[in-house]
Amino acid sequence: MSGKGLRIVVLIKQVPDIEKVRFDVETGRIDRSSAPAETNPFDLHALEAAVQLKEKLGGSITVISMGPRQAESSLRDALARGADRAILLTDKRLAGADTIATSRALAAAIRKLGGFDLILCGEKTVDGDTGQVGPEVAEVLDIPHVAYVCEIREVTDDKITVVSDMGDKYLYEVKLPALLTVTRELNTPRLPTLRDVLKARKKQIEIWDADALAQYEDPDRFGIKGSKTIVMKVVIPGVEHRKGIIFRGEDAAEKLLEVLKEGGFVKP
Amino acid sequence: MTSGILVYAETSDSRIHPVSFELLGKAREIAEKLGLEVWSVIIGFDVKDRAKELIYYGADKVYVYDSEHLKDFNVLTYKDILVDLVKEIDPEIFLIGATPLGRSLAPRVAAALDTGLTADCTDLRVDEEGNLIQIRPAFTGNILAHIKTTSKPIMSTIRYKVMPMPKRDESRKGEIVIKNPPEKIDTRIKSLGRISKRTVNIADAEVIVSGGRGLKNKEDLKMLEELAKLLGGVLGVSRPLVDEGWIAKEHQVGFSGNTVKPKLYIACGISGSPQHLAGMRDSQIIVAINIDPSAPIFRHADYGVVGDLYEVVPKLISMIKRIKGVSGS
Ligand SMILES: Cc1cc2nc3c(=O)[nH]c(=O)nc-3n(C[C@H](O)[C@H](O)[C@H](O)COP(=O)(O)OP(=O)(O)OC[C@H]3O[C@@H](n4cnc5c(N)ncnc54)[C@H](O)[C@@H]3O)c2cc1C
Ligand SMILES: Cc1cc2nc3c(=O)[nH]c(=O)nc-3n(C[C@H](O)[C@H](O)[C@H](O)COP(=O)(O)OP(=O)(O)OC[C@H]3O[C@@H](n4cnc5c(N)ncnc54)[C@H](O)[C@@H]3O)c2cc1C
Repeated sequence: MSGKGLRIVVLIKQVPDIEKVRFDVETGRIDRSSAPAETNPFDLHALEAAVQLKEKLGGSITVISMGPRQAESSLRDALARGADRAILLTDKRLAGADTIATSRALAAAIRKLGGFDLILCGEKTVDGDTGQVGPEVAEVLDIPHVAYVCEIREVTDDKITVVSDMGDKYLYEVKLPALLTVTRELNTPRLPTLRDVLKARKKQIEIWDADALAQYEDPDRFGIKGSKTIVMKVVIPGVEHRKGIIFRGEDAAEKLLEVLKEGGFVKP
Repeated sequence: MTSGILVYAETSDSRIHPVSFELLGKAREIAEKLGLEVWSVIIGFDVKDRAKELIYYGADKVYVYDSEHLKDFNVLTYKDILVDLVKEIDPEIFLIGATPLGRSLAPRVAAALDTGLTADCTDLRVDEEGNLIQIRPAFTGNILAHIKTTSKPIMSTIRYKVMPMPKRDESRKGEIVIKNPPEKIDTRIKSLGRISKRTVNIADAEVIVSGGRGLKNKEDLKMLEELAKLLGGVLGVSRPLVDEGWIAKEHQVGFSGNTVKPKLYIACGISGSPQHLAGMRDSQIIVAINIDPSAPIFRHADYGVVGDLYEVVPKLISMIKRIKGVSGS
């Protein structure tokens, strides 16, 4: 930690409200236009953790998101929730990135910031759903990371102690600067007050394009060009393989019991 | 020299995670198609004797890094070992189990090697041109993406229990290569040990009886647990019950909990949200008990009972007890 307290970076992604996205079984199309955009739910827990650490130790919170222009609304929400500075990475040359290309762009932006002590990410997103961006950013920046953090125990000048939920729970002591990916158990995100929302409206969101990052990473490693995985096609799984036999009325339990017996689940 | 498919053998407490054997089985199948060998790598302490197990399950060659200071998982040190090994032996494909450990380790290895990584696959296929097609759920389990990798090695993490467990064959022969472990571990991460062990491993269960918000009280979970026990299974829950503090997260099924694939899944008072379905939709037989005939869970069920779980479940319990000859309640 520098004299200025903990310098925290939170990475947030804007995602579609997954319950409202329409999936066309026939064509395999994902219709995102039908769904309003929101901040990836896990990232709100990362941001809440940052705000709590800042309240305790002082410091600053920078939120960074890579995405289309409309992701500004998620950054503005983050400002209302307590972030001090917000940066949107947006450019055609950044679009279509797989996780490694995404991580290179995010890592370049973090380098451009100058210095940092702690990076916080969500455990995964509700759309791409890989959980890879956090550990990959850490690798590109050559800093340690801990995934699935469900508790932050202690932060000192140069170390952070956290609990990682890997099925069993493990305690890790990690040297700063470090990156953590967090689970939803870590905290309960607070809603911003109306005053916070109004204040955030006046704040500036910085827009960086690929050129702005070129000093820190070769732009050929961003976007589709820098990606090593290609989504060939998307299949919407149907439910046709399910039998869909429905029992109702008085003897429904008896009929279900027959099924369980036939399946060999009830052994005398 | 023939190239190979490398499989990471995950260990904890010197025991090999079963997903590693499943991956060896799949690697064998792909290797036959593509004319490759199957290699495996194991890192840990006291794991030397385990290496032959990997051969019995399909490896032609096993690289062993065995040292006391490799006992605890250190993501940086393990990454360094794997990166060096991949650079040395140059595999075509590198498979890692999509366990929490694997999903923390694999991305670092992929980023260090500057290669593509496909997350949490549920199937691998070889197309007519000999490309590896990696199939994975995304969008909270709503879709299956078919993914191709353009760099080498092709890396993927693969879910537990999606590939069949191969037969253990003690007559299989293979080579064990003892490698020099690194002299020191990366001290930027220090493991202070395991602080709690889960009491149930729901991902391993063959039968799961799950309760959701259709339950009125915490105590009513006992009724579902009783049914689960009678069927030789364990208790699962939907997320809100964990949020309420009724039960530990290790019982939670779904997108932010456990992914399960039992032979039988009985959902009681669970509506069937996309996040819940993401954790159980691949179960072999799905049964739903729900009072609302329009609940989405019925669309994913093999058998559904439209009714009050407080009537159906006690009735089931008493009938099963009669069959089993258990008396009283
Ligand atoms: C159907 C489908 C399948 C895909 N499968 C793969 C695959 O297997 N491998 C692969 O490499 N790529 C894959 N991609 C591409 C991948 O979704 C994108 O690279 C995406 O930008 C980042 O991955 P994610 O959503 O999985 O993030 P995750 O790795 O799940 O995100 C973890 C955390 O990283 C941070 N983060 C992630 N993205 C951003 C961002 N844009 N801005 C700021 N912070 C961020 C957030 O804190 C987030 O909580 C896939 C895309 C689609 C549409
Ligand atoms: C990022 C994110 C991650 C999430 N992760 C998970 C996850 O991992 N797992 C998960 O489960 N959820 C998860 N959720 C929450 C999810 O969106 C749903 O809110 C949740 O699954 C609903 O639980 P439920 O079905 O028990 O409750 P409800 O949706 O309220 O359904 C209760 C059902 O009980 C029925 N019922 C009521 N009374 C009776 C009765 N007497 N007899 C029979 N039936 C009755 C009702 O008809 C209804 O269908 C997540 C959400 C988000 C945003």
